Amino acid sequence: MTLELSRLSRRFADFAALDDVSLDIAPGEFLALLGPSGSGKTTLLRILAGLDHPDAGSVRLDGRDFLATPARSRKVGLVFQHYALFRHLTVAENVAFGLRVRPWRARPKRAEIAARVEALLQRVQLEGLGRRYPAQLSGGQRQRVALARALAVEPGLLLLDEPFGALDAQVRVALRRWLRELHEDLGLTTVFVTHDQEEALELADRVAVMNRGRIEQIGAPGTVYQDPATPFVCEFIGKVNRIPLAREDGMLGAAGWTPGRDPWRGGQARATAYVRPEHLALGVAGDRPGWQAQVRHVYLAGSVAHLELDVQALAQTLEADVASEDLARLGLRPGLGLRVAPRRAVVFPAGSGGDRWVWQADEAVVAV
Amino acid sequence: MTAAATARAPAWPRRLAHLALVLAALAFLALFLLLPLAAVFAEALRKGVHAYLAAIDQPGAFAAIRLTLLVAAIAVPLNLVFGVAAAWAVARFEFRGKALLGALIDLPFSVSPVIAGLVYVLLFGAQGWFGPWLAAHGVRIVFAVPGLVLATMFVTLPFVARELIPLMQAQGAEEEEAARVLGANGWQMFFRVTLPKIRWALLYGVLLCNARAMGEFGAVSVVSGHIRGLTTTLPLEIEMRYNEYDYVGAFAVASLLALLALVTLAAKTALEWRYGDELAAHAPGGH
Repeated sequence: MTLELSRLSRRFADFAALDDVSLDIAPGEFLALLGPSGSGKTTLLRILAGLDHPDAGSVRLDGRDFLATPARSRKVGLVFQHYALFRHLTVAENVAFGLRVRPWRARPKRAEIAARVEALLQRVQLEGLGRRYPAQLSGGQRQRVALARALAVEPGLLLLDEPFGALDAQVRVALRRWLRELHEDLGLTTVFVTHDQEEALELADRVAVMNRGRIEQIGAPGTVYQDPATPFVCEFIGKVNRIPLAREDGMLGAAGWTPGRDPWRGGQARATAYVRPEHLALGVAGDRPGWQAQVRHVYLAGSVAHLELDVQALAQTLEADVASEDLARLGLRPGLGLRVAPRRAVVFPAGSGGDRWVWQADEAVVAV
Repeated sequence: MTAAATARAPAWPRRLAHLALVLAALAFLALFLLLPLAAVFAEALRKGVHAYLAAIDQPGAFAAIRLTLLVAAIAVPLNLVFGVAAAWAVARFEFRGKALLGALIDLPFSVSPVIAGLVYVLLFGAQGWFGPWLAAHGVRIVFAVPGLVLATMFVTLPFVARELIPLMQAQGAEEEEAARVLGANGWQMFFRVTLPKIRWALLYGVLLCNARAMGEFGAVSVVSGHIRGLTTTLPLEIEMRYNEYDYVGAFAVASLLALLALVTLAAKTALEWRYGDELAAHAPGGH
């Protein structure tokens, strides 16, 4: 069951929540909608759930009009950001809700409902908690009740709105892995909304990066990270150094450093190079293009260390990541002077009429 | 830690202040609530139980009780339905004129009940806008039971809606949306999700509405016409007896009305006591 979203638009007063969004969702896919708040990702999710309607555009499921189906008949499982558990019902009653409200012909027998609820609670590792009320559960447990409740109706599509947003960091990571395994077990088409790029990259088969009601890029996590299509994607996903390039001696460059080629053949007077912290080479030899820098701070964050480097020639501070075991080997400490240069960069022309350019250093840029 | 500390720590002046505040509150309540209530029963029984029972055992009194209960039995359910519908509309939807609807719901609180009564006389009275047409079709509204019901409904309209709107706004619509996505139809959503969420506020609103419906005087007085045995509710019966210098009779009927109020209050307390655990379990959020 391929879901085809085509040219969806939705406006709230004078704010475009969705602006001409098209997207295909393949069966069994785990898709992340990633974007800052107000980017339209939740609106898109609500439209799929049938809780909102687009002003224009269509959603088709295997060629049939999905939007014409009311929310209650769509067979969609939705997990709300704040779970929206029925607070007056026990955990078991919450999970059984979707089965109990069926018309009596389609409603399973009492014993069958009980058995299915029990199986689902086991699946989400909450066996024995069926008689508790939501208020008596922890955040992670409520989250899993919400998931069991959504799965009880045997949905064809599972929608998750910021599924880990309200949990603390440790529970979040554990639940994330667990959800990924669950998805692999069930093979259920799943769409989840998040503003956390790490979550999207780790969990999803494909990531759709949204900004101001549009999809900026959609692709595999690796592609979106390594080969971002727009400056927004560069800056939103992962950390990045932003280095303005200008024409110097007929060549685009910045303070003596140049990528060495010009894909636009002089058609662009300015451009911006985006360099990931792990793509900044440290300790570049003096006869190579690069910038003189001084280490300002070293932040040790477990396996990785983040460096802040002052580069006077650029009048900016660059960030670099190195493995923390390399810190001592390279003798990196605050105050140290060294030469740095990009190994890889994504370059966007300032003017129109040019494509982005993924630049890679010709040869290994010495040192690290 | 804070609770334990405040329980252990208080120095003498602080404990004294506690005591003074509690005593002041109790004294205030006793002076302004309990004393008048006691006075009603004391006055009613001043000439003995026999005189009290004689004052009550009159057709006028029974008719007044019956009429009061009838008016409340019609006005309260209608306001219950309207109150829930209005609260739902205001809390769940954005529409033009929402602010106006909110203001209109409050109108009966801000307008004097006497004016409400006069408006109905103006509309449906013999010389009113619709009076002649209604008279031609044999329908009596003013100086009859329908007028009493209308006036009571007008006065008690805000109670249920005002109780529900802030609660429903605070609760949001997510649980209802969850129910819809899970396959519930409109009725299932309302009876299985919305109603349980608002039932205590609803009960409270209905009790207040009922108390006011039974006790309303001003608006009802204008449209009643004071036809004893036909259009006098308990408050009107009290006033009439009082004006006839029948003090024991007035206070005896007043004691009946006070008794109805006390029964209502007792019912509410009993429900709260019976479902107290459940209330406590669900009150703090639950999501």
